[in-house]
Amino acid sequence: MALNKESNGYVILFSTALVLVTAVALVTVFSFTRDTVSNNQKLEKMQNILQAARINVERDQAETKYKESITDAFALTEKGEVKMKGEVDNVFNIDLAAELKKKEGEEKLFPVFVCNKNDSTFYILGMRGKGLWDAIWGYVALGKDMNTIYNAVFDHKGETPGLGAEIKEGWYTAQFPGKKIVNDKGEFVSVSVIKKGTAPESDYNVDGVSGGTLTSNGLHDMLKMFFGAFYEYSKTQKNAAPAKPEPVALPADSLQQPDTLATALVPVDSSKNNTTTTNL
Amino acid sequence: MAEVAVQQEKEALFSKKRVKLLTDPLNDNNPVTVQVLGICSALAITVQVKPALFMFAGVFFVVVMGNIVVSLLRNVIPNRVRIIAQLVIVAGLVSIVDMVLKAYAYDVSKQLSVFVGLIITNCIVMGRLEAFAMANKPWPSALDGIGNAFGYGILLVLVAVVRELFGAGKLMGYKIIPDSFYEFGYVNNGMMMMPPMALILVGIIIWVQRSRNTKLVEAED
Repeated sequence: MALNKESNGYVILFSTALVLVTAVALVTVFSFTRDTVSNNQKLEKMQNILQAARINVERDQAETKYKESITDAFALTEKGEVKMKGEVDNVFNIDLAAELKKKEGEEKLFPVFVCNKNDSTFYILGMRGKGLWDAIWGYVALGKDMNTIYNAVFDHKGETPGLGAEIKEGWYTAQFPGKKIVNDKGEFVSVSVIKKGTAPESDYNVDGVSGGTLTSNGLHDMLKMFFGAFYEYSKTQKNAAPAKPEPVALPADSLQQPDTLATALVPVDSSKNNTTTTNL
Repeated sequence: MAEVAVQQEKEALFSKKRVKLLTDPLNDNNPVTVQVLGICSALAITVQVKPALFMFAGVFFVVVMGNIVVSLLRNVIPNRVRIIAQLVIVAGLVSIVDMVLKAYAYDVSKQLSVFVGLIITNCIVMGRLEAFAMANKPWPSALDGIGNAFGYGILLVLVAVVRELFGAGKLMGYKIIPDSFYEFGYVNNGMMMMPPMALILVGIIIWVQRSRNTKLVEAED
């Protein structure tokens, strides 16, 4: 071979060629798969939103069912102001990751989907937060009273399998139906994710995942933030009745409310006490 | 030249020597239990059997393809940058696996999540490229890749079966240990969920393998 394989010129030439070929190969594969991938993600998102309202569909039927069930949508600012009213598609395309990256002072928009199922209305809140390794997100459906949780689905990008990743499993989300974000006094309490036994069981807390404390904490913060925005919004709405919530029609299997419902002592953050019951 | 090409111009496609390339990594020269490579992923994804199988499939593709590509390029890769060149090839292949899974096996890709990317760091891949493909022709390299991928896969599944069965009472996500066992006080072993348990299991497997396979026992002197 005339070429000196160890010369600097050859090394540079070789490296450039190798990187170029690899890049072209990757771009080719990417451009072939891009549309399928983004369509998969879109359909999965629709599936998840529907699942929050307990509508289970296969991925290929997700779009039809979604258009049928989601009748309205809007976005909320952190203070609960309504934006993008009725723009269902735009709300669907809100990128929460980008919204959460916005600096303080900039307006963050949180999506809310209104779902009509068998003549009952559900508000499905899109959520996103930080787990231990990466993002966690989910959809939580609240009943017409804007207080009682109907169902919740969560997912994550890369939580530890068997530990933090369990938040997406059915046994975990089964804790949520029937929980409330506003207490009997009409104060916002969110749903706390805490270790079982450290606080009395109530309508306002769920158990964390053992071994997944940081994921649980992330979930806790996420719920508080998005429920908070929605609570601010609900105060401006007539059908919200935090003090005497209308019973939401829950499927029988999800009614596991503790007996101590009325007497449940909920530790209320004192800073929240000023947001009293203007809507009673 | 750093070339130690094996002379096998007219060798049969599956000559004895080549079959050995396939079977050796399964036992006598298993990448995990004998060479002790790829331990990191053996700890990470063996909590359940299903992800372990997908991981095996991903590693299979990357090792075999990587071996073939590197073997084809072995005469043009400059020695000084050979590791980084191998790394570029492996990273490229892994990215392709990731994209293809996302497009055509979306649920599988969700299940594997970060672990697809982690194939890049699997020492078996780089180990085979450096130790075998750099000095051998494409066909033997492919056989070597297949053998090693299976050697890795067998161990992965073995560890995953034990961990999922005793850690969660399930296999492939299906319940195996009946409820009546639990009523009698049987409890899932939480330790099995922890990564250190995988290491202990790998250790036990190495122990059993060595006590049965006399070839692996170092001569006493």
